[in-house]
Amino acid sequence: MSEYSSLREMSADLAKGAYSSVELTQAHLERIQTANAALNCFISTNAESALAAATKADQQRAQGDQRATLGLPFAHKDIFCTRDILTTAGSKMLSNFVAPYDATVVSNMAAAGMISVGKTNMDEFAMGSSNENSFFGTVSNPWDHTRVPGGSSGGSAAAVAAGIVAGATGTDTGGSIRQPAALCGITGLKPTYGRVSRYGMIAFASSLDQAGPMTRTAEDAALMLGVMAGFDSKDSTSAERHDAWLDGVVANGIAVLDRPLTIGLPREYFSDNPNFGGIEAAKTELEKMGHTLVDVSLPHTESAVPVYYVLASAEASTNLSRYDGVRFGHRCEDPQSLQDLYERSREEGFGAEVKRRILTGTYTLSVGYFDAYYLKAQKIRRLISEDFQQAFTQVDVLLAPTSPTPAFEKNQLTDDHVAMYQQDLFTVPTSLAGLPAMSLPCGFSNGLPMGMQLIAPAFREDLLLELAAQYQRQTDWHLKRPEAVV
Amino acid sequence: MSWEAVIGLEIHVQLATQSKIFSGASTAYGASPNAQACNIDLGLPGVLPVLNERAVELAVRFGLAIGAQINQHSIFDRKNYFYADLPKGYQISQFETPIVGQGTITITPENGRSRTVGITRAHLEEDAGKSVHDLYPGMTAVDLNRTGTPLLEIVSEPDMRSAQEASAYFRQMHTLARYIGICDGNLAEGSMRCDANVSVRPSGQTEFGERTEIKNINSFRFVEQAIEHEIARQIDVLEAGGKIERETRLYDPDKDETRSMRSKELSNDYRYFPDPDLLPLSISEAFIERIRGELPELPDARQQRYTSTLGLSTSDAVAISSDIDRADYFDACLAAGADPKQSANWMMGELSAYLNKHDVTMTQSPIAPALLAQLIARIDDGTLSSKTAKTLFDALWSAGPAGDVDELIETLNLAQLSDDGALTQIVDELIVANPKQFDELRSGKEKMLGFFVGQVMKATQGKANPQQVNQIIRDKL
Repeated sequence: MSEYSSLREMSADLAKGAYSSVELTQAHLERIQTANAALNCFISTNAESALAAATKADQQRAQGDQRATLGLPFAHKDIFCTRDILTTAGSKMLSNFVAPYDATVVSNMAAAGMISVGKTNMDEFAMGSSNENSFFGTVSNPWDHTRVPGGSSGGSAAAVAAGIVAGATGTDTGGSIRQPAALCGITGLKPTYGRVSRYGMIAFASSLDQAGPMTRTAEDAALMLGVMAGFDSKDSTSAERHDAWLDGVVANGIAVLDRPLTIGLPREYFSDNPNFGGIEAAKTELEKMGHTLVDVSLPHTESAVPVYYVLASAEASTNLSRYDGVRFGHRCEDPQSLQDLYERSREEGFGAEVKRRILTGTYTLSVGYFDAYYLKAQKIRRLISEDFQQAFTQVDVLLAPTSPTPAFEKNQLTDDHVAMYQQDLFTVPTSLAGLPAMSLPCGFSNGLPMGMQLIAPAFREDLLLELAAQYQRQTDWHLKRPEAVV
Repeated sequence: MSWEAVIGLEIHVQLATQSKIFSGASTAYGASPNAQACNIDLGLPGVLPVLNERAVELAVRFGLAIGAQINQHSIFDRKNYFYADLPKGYQISQFETPIVGQGTITITPENGRSRTVGITRAHLEEDAGKSVHDLYPGMTAVDLNRTGTPLLEIVSEPDMRSAQEASAYFRQMHTLARYIGICDGNLAEGSMRCDANVSVRPSGQTEFGERTEIKNINSFRFVEQAIEHEIARQIDVLEAGGKIERETRLYDPDKDETRSMRSKELSNDYRYFPDPDLLPLSISEAFIERIRGELPELPDARQQRYTSTLGLSTSDAVAISSDIDRADYFDACLAAGADPKQSANWMMGELSAYLNKHDVTMTQSPIAPALLAQLIARIDDGTLSSKTAKTLFDALWSAGPAGDVDELIETLNLAQLSDDGALTQIVDELIVANPKQFDELRSGKEKMLGFFVGQVMKATQGKANPQQVNQIIRDKL
């Protein structure tokens, strides 16, 4: 078994008995042991329950279970509640929190026979673009340990890029799957809002949060999406729909793209950025594959980042009110009154970025500011959505860069919040519109991976996956590995 | 100077659902603390609310019952504030777009004229938990069983002008809520609570005075007392040249006074905004029509039917129609063929007295409507006299639901003797035994008729039909 085997390859190996799921899981746990000290991409591991699940998977296989997902190890971002296993959301506030239940994504993965080996590091409550906001310390980028992996799903991205796991779950509110995928040179898919249940996924901004797969290949992304997705009556915003391609994707893989697409290039996303060599080359590649590129305009793009920070912070400010020291999570020592309990528990339990967003969100929802900020932002959000609808009357998918820069140095942007927020420039518009988007490795800038983003109409992840799979058959950027992981 | 009070009420009605408004936990009253608080009620990280459709049905039912506009599109908002018994740090409520819009209800205060009170709106929301401050010294205990119980908050217009009207409104709302089955109406368990907004103004002035809000009143009597007290307090303040402060006050029934809880100026900014975890609530015309079809006949319509079609007195019609159990009992008697007036008489008389005496509700009555109807039928056909009917009623009460009218008449020998031959024989024997009294009767001493009838009744243990006995004796003269 190779460190860089894909989920599909491991699935084939398990099927032909090249090794058992227990052996495979053991190997994954050993890799975490070796690599985590340098990368800090895991917050916790669960060897015992992972090996028990692997044993069970091997037994099921012996009894004739041939599911492609059976016995495949992977990792969960530490934002999904896992019964009897620590779930921290990267926060001191939840550093002692063990959920009494499994998130729907967690139970879906378990039901498919997949084996969670550990839980990955992340920016606190998924707020951040560098993974520097974790109570459990910064994650290192496997391509250069002095650099950040991106965020907030930085632990998942680094773990996949370093070959520790072939797949990890992530969550994306404004780019938290796609940006770290780009910065770590892997494939990340943010599905359509409502595609994957949010039940049991610790909320940052409810109208934006969406879970998705982080893998090296599009095929593996499809495999994981097929397991993660589905209607969930426990999530009122979950979409009740059946897509034949999705129902069959675990068994059949991604369909071959059998027609040329019209691919839109949003003018507002491209500039003379010296980091964009990769995506320029990708344009040529896509044309060679028979697709047509056309310029389109998404005129409200420049408002997206401020709109996003108003809305996401507003929702976060109340989503995080439940962390009050009363029922679970961090509680201050010896509270003198209810007010004191709240103030000190929250003061001690939350990090600076989380506090900044709670304050921002509380402000924008306050009497006298609500109309000027929250309501106005909602209106612009609609305009941004309409921009995309308009574009999709002309094109099948959109192509855009994922991030303006490759991975930056640790501490480089920590004092410049606006520059940090600009990391999300190309990813938040799709989040605001609830659309599916995927980041694929497309080249390097100064030896660091760069990503490109494909964006599709709602519930058309099939288009993204088919085009991505076609691209990955013609190119090998997704197969590049960092030299020295440890 | 003479003063006029202006009163509006906000009534919180606990909707009679099996489970909570956003979770599957039970709403049953009286469980041990926190036994009915599930992951969602506890506000654990990651949980999400899912709307209970039953709560929506009950809210729509209320809206239809007060002739209100039902908003087919309504939105759930978060009302943000911190409190130990509010697990999420916000309450899910409806702020700008409630499910029920404007409607009306007619009230009839005791000794007052009927009047129509406007309902501004009614909206769905979740209840908070309970903080218990006196259980552990120096600590507060939190019980989250009540968390997430569905509430319908009914907001009235400031249409009431006296404490009596406010109390009548609360009563009428209680009657209606029970009538249409949206609430069990148990005030002692907090199933209906109200907040009263009270202000006073010089008589004749059109603009309102500054108001205060009295929180959390849970009995008809307290509503009246609390408002009465608050009106008097406000008049005292104003007449002494003072000013009413906008504030929240709490009524203390032990001391019969209200006292300040917190000033509204210092109150929370609730930062309402649409809850992104819940989609806007859309209800179809068909859904509304289905609920309309399930509505029972309402008190006003029933009262109308009882007086105009059945000829009951207004007081009986009001008394019976105002309580759904009583009204249903009455209608069941009619369905079993009983005469409406006699049914009403028995219900308001004997039955009410027995229910009171034995502290039993109408629905638990051991005498079911069909039995009462049978008893009435036996009066109608002459088998029972009014006296023996009461004896039978008592026997039926003791026998319970298994009681059989005809069997008991037989066993207890309650049937009137209407057989001419037997009665004539008794009369003949009495004449022979009492010749002197019979002569006096024959010579015109009418009083002696009573003597003979009495003797016959005595001989028959009261079962003889008195009219018939009279006739037989007269025939002998």
